[in-house]
Amino acid sequence: MQSLIEKIRQGKFSDFPGGVHPPQRKTLSNQTPIAKLPLPQRLYVTIKQHIGVEGHLEVRPGDMVLKGQPLTKSMNPFAVPVHAPTSGEVTTIAPHVSAHPSGLAEMTIEIRPDGKDEWIALAPLQDYQNQPKLKVIERICHAGISGMGGAGFPTHIKVSPKKNVEFLVVNGVECEPYISSDDRLMREHAWQIRQGIDVITHLLNPKHVLIAIEDNKPEALHAMQVACQENPDYVVCSIPTKYPAGGEKQLIQVLTGREVPNGGLPIDVGIMMQNVGTCFAIADAIFTGKPLIQRVVTLSGECFDKPGNVWALLGTPVSHLLQQGQYQPKRQRSRQLIMGGPMMGFNLVSDQVPVVKITNCILAPTEREMVQADEEQPCIRCSACADACPASLLPQQIFWHAKAKELDKAGEYNLFDCIECGACAYVCPSQIPLVHYYRVAKAEIRLQEEEKHQADKARERFEARKLRLEQEKAEREEKHRQAAEARRKALEQQESTTGNKVSAAVARAKARQQTQAAKEETPASDKVAAAVARAKARKARQEQESTSRDKVEPGEESKQDKVASAIARAKAKKAKQENASTAPDQAESPTGEQQTKASAGLNQTRESGAEPSEKQPAGDMAPSKDTKAARVAAAVARAKARKAAADQDKDQKLSPAPESASPTVALEVDEEKKQRVAAAIARAKAKKRVGVSSTDKQQDKSKS
Amino acid sequence: MSVFYALLAVGLLALAFGLILGYAAIRFRVESDPVVEQIDAILPQTQCGQCGYPGCRPYAEAIANGDDINKCPPGGESTIRKLADLMGVEAKPLDAAHGTEDIRKVAYIREDECIGCTKCIQACPVDAIVGTSKQMHTVLIDECTGCDLCVEPCPVDCIDMVPLQVTTSSWRWQLDAIPVRTIE
Amino acid sequence: MSLRIASSPHQHSKRNTGSLMRLVCYCTLPGFAAQLWFFGWGTLFQFIIAVAVALGTEAAILELRKKDFEKALSDCSALLTALLLALCLPPLTPWWITALGAFFAIGIAKQLYGGLGHNLFNPAMVAYVILLVSFPVAMTSWLPPQQLMQQGYGLLDSLSLIFTGYSNEGYSLNQLRSGADGFTMATPLDSVKTDIDLGLTVEEAMAKPQFHEGTGVGWFWINLAYLAGGLVLLKAKVINWHIPLSMLLAVSVTAGFLHLMSPDLYASPWFHLFSGGTMLGAFFIATDPVSASTTNLGRLIFGASIGFWVVIIRTYGGYPDAVAFAVVLMNMSVPLIDYYTRPRTYGHKARR
Repeated sequence: MQSLIEKIRQGKFSDFPGGVHPPQRKTLSNQTPIAKLPLPQRLYVTIKQHIGVEGHLEVRPGDMVLKGQPLTKSMNPFAVPVHAPTSGEVTTIAPHVSAHPSGLAEMTIEIRPDGKDEWIALAPLQDYQNQPKLKVIERICHAGISGMGGAGFPTHIKVSPKKNVEFLVVNGVECEPYISSDDRLMREHAWQIRQGIDVITHLLNPKHVLIAIEDNKPEALHAMQVACQENPDYVVCSIPTKYPAGGEKQLIQVLTGREVPNGGLPIDVGIMMQNVGTCFAIADAIFTGKPLIQRVVTLSGECFDKPGNVWALLGTPVSHLLQQGQYQPKRQRSRQLIMGGPMMGFNLVSDQVPVVKITNCILAPTEREMVQADEEQPCIRCSACADACPASLLPQQIFWHAKAKELDKAGEYNLFDCIECGACAYVCPSQIPLVHYYRVAKAEIRLQEEEKHQADKARERFEARKLRLEQEKAEREEKHRQAAEARRKALEQQESTTGNKVSAAVARAKARQQTQAAKEETPASDKVAAAVARAKARKARQEQESTSRDKVEPGEESKQDKVASAIARAKAKKAKQENASTAPDQAESPTGEQQTKASAGLNQTRESGAEPSEKQPAGDMAPSKDTKAARVAAAVARAKARKAAADQDKDQKLSPAPESASPTVALEVDEEKKQRVAAAIARAKAKKRVGVSSTDKQQDKSKS
Repeated sequence: MSVFYALLAVGLLALAFGLILGYAAIRFRVESDPVVEQIDAILPQTQCGQCGYPGCRPYAEAIANGDDINKCPPGGESTIRKLADLMGVEAKPLDAAHGTEDIRKVAYIREDECIGCTKCIQACPVDAIVGTSKQMHTVLIDECTGCDLCVEPCPVDCIDMVPLQVTTSSWRWQLDAIPVRTIE
Repeated sequence: MSLRIASSPHQHSKRNTGSLMRLVCYCTLPGFAAQLWFFGWGTLFQFIIAVAVALGTEAAILELRKKDFEKALSDCSALLTALLLALCLPPLTPWWITALGAFFAIGIAKQLYGGLGHNLFNPAMVAYVILLVSFPVAMTSWLPPQQLMQQGYGLLDSLSLIFTGYSNEGYSLNQLRSGADGFTMATPLDSVKTDIDLGLTVEEAMAKPQFHEGTGVGWFWINLAYLAGGLVLLKAKVINWHIPLSMLLAVSVTAGFLHLMSPDLYASPWFHLFSGGTMLGAFFIATDPVSASTTNLGRLIFGASIGFWVVIIRTYGGYPDAVAFAVVLMNMSVPLIDYYTRPRTYGHKARR
């Protein structure tokens, strides 16, 4: 029995099921060396170019940046920074069309190059072998390196060893037709790629290193073999050309015959995969200290007069590349640009899309060279798709269920194991855009799961709240009970004892009763206060135009404006509700009643030391044209003050949820608050009298 | 005699099948939630009360007791379909009297206008608004169910219901946008 | 600037439904030619009638369903159905039977189930079975190969027989079928079946003039021609090897087993392989993508089951040939087979 590595050394590979052989068309672009480009007019550096979270901005519009200067920074392990691709001025930081199938705008730093191309001070780490591994990993992270093969997973996370790595696989397969960026990179920079592999090997300490290259790239194979010949542990593997052999899972299957378990990662079967471009970037970061600011991009398709590979600065708009490749739009009947290859790439929505870390190709095909799917026809269940599927799925069944929106059944047929390689849609004789159906179905399922999650969370919170309200109610009742008890006892005492004792007990009981009453009435009196304030404020508004505004707002102009706008809004709202409201007279009477209640708390209010000035603006606001108005105003001020005193208690009731603000904050009464109260009163007045008082009553009812 | 044999045979068969059925009933018993739980699990839990009940669970109970399944606008057609499946009744269109299906929204408090009255906090069924009296309030977007209940109590109308922004991470492929679309 | 937005993949192989169906049609040509050679021009007329009726029916129903029938007709699926039906019918079947069959195939078995891709059964075979059950005599009235006939019949005779029931000279179909000795010459399968029922051994039954070296005269070559066409289909990767191979193997094994048990009562595998519609069935009918199994293991089961039933029904059933019955029978089981033969997905553990 041969060991696995012996088999690999002898070039005996396994195969993966399915796969297709679309026309390669690699020679279109791989004949010329990688070209250097002149600086574009503008660079658009998207802040987030990888899977994970974006960093925090380190620059502001107007800043001058040097080439290689980090533009974002974060402590989050899933964030990798982006760097200035050249020296120049940050002109704007704003949403800009992104390199994403949706073409939605994402936060982008726009840089106007100054033409000097001046590097920031670089700090190479050439003796990485003598450095702590953590430092090397940190360097890789700070160089902004994320997987350049496709997914854009932060590389520093991958090279932080957690499990033992048996095989380090360097992926130079590049199975998509047309693309030759990795091919050219290997041909021209094999040595540096090997250096990058050395660094990763140092970090991960794998048993074997496999460098996988499809056998349609003999020059790249040769170059890598030469570069790796000193190190017998590095095995350069020439694997048979078949799409999608470059897919991570498929390549693992071809090389080792192992399968990444469902829901697992390659590391679970002892394998770690890195793209050759990533290796190159790592070497750059360690040996020269340069962050990832440029990459090789293939310009291909028959619409380019000068197809080939170019070194494109990250952030270069595609239009600049088109110009360099001498794109001839006339050769396309309907213009289309593809970022990526013909099988998995996506159409660009604009030529202003910038190059990002995962951009490996810009494709501009003519209609003739790329046969596109015709109109969709009914599925004839020929299962050509199943024969082509590298994941051994049954695409026709998934399609059937996806189309019928039977998403659970589509999931049962392992929809989520689809890698969207496009082989099924490529072979489908009925020209069905199968991959698209899967994408939609997947998105739909994810959405449903998210909604389910949201609903569960909401239910939990709702129930917690209900429980809390019930508890509070129970507590309140308990207090009532205790108060009643006290009264009863006092009464008994009164009956049984004489003179001083009696009067003392009565006094005690009364005192207790009073505190109790004050506490219980708090919500109601609060409401009363609000209602009164509103009523008064309404009056005040009528006056307002004629009387002095500066009394209402001793503060700045802006406050006044706010008040005015609030009034306007409130008026509008009131107007809306007018129909529903009952006669205004009805409103007055409850207000009056409640006022007496409110005044009951007056003594306490005074004692509690609430700022008396607080009531001033309110009082001034409503000149006593009308006795009722004056009464109302006074009541409001009293109620307000008392409410402030009761705030602490109430806040505990209102916001005991953990995320609520600390209840102690509320008691502060300062100048700002005064102003705010004044503004609030003005706004609140608008809430119509009847509407409000009736609402309050309802709320009181619902509370009790 | 033959009658006896026939009876015996039939009797034995009946016994055998009975045993098989009994075994199957135990072996393949489906542990099912009470129907209210299942209905509640389908409802979107916005707790908005548009159905006329004070929350999703009361509505679930009402459905279990025979109320119509088409009174939940936040759930929309898909919820009605699932409820119809579960209850074994015909799916019917959403009852417009309870509102119409809308895109998902969340509440947003214009914070400089908030007077700190806490009314919205009391109205929120899922405690998704934080703040305290006389301090500005804010909505926890992740927890907000978009139920709308906080908008009405606000005395200064500083709460808006805003649609959730589509970002590249929340963007989804649309079926009607394919296979080919030309954009200007 | 306006840009075209489409979902990946942006490239497509050049194959489409229409080209697949046409390729299948072309591959029947050797067998078709052999049938014309041995059984006269009748089959050609059957083909024309069937195609006309099938396309007409398809267009009419699509029109009723308010669908674009020009596009649907261009996929050639109705053409293929009509062709397969015509190839199965006795060459001189009265025209109305053929027309009825074609109407059934397209109208009932295909369109009523939802059109292309939705039919549970192979339309041509459903139509054939219905005709066979409804008109057993007409549907088994095969003339002996022309080479064995006393009176030959030409193009016009065929035409006349199909449309009027009599040849130009006024002979009826039955008169034509009578051999020199006044016995009708049935197809080899029919003849062997009848003779064994009459108590003859297989060897005695095969002594008749329409047999040659263990198979029927003409039928051997027709089957061989279909085999050749089928191999081309395999080479072109239009069909997979699973169904034909498993079906032919199952025919051989089942027939071989029976033959070993009693060579006198049961015909040899060789005879079964090269008689009736075995090869046509194995390569062109059982492989119909819509109604066949779609998983590799499922295809093996599907094909093997058809092979098994073909021999069993031929031997014990009431009708001489059994490909149509076997295919329709197995069509019914396809959803079940497909469900239980789902392949193991990458990274998943094998299902228990």
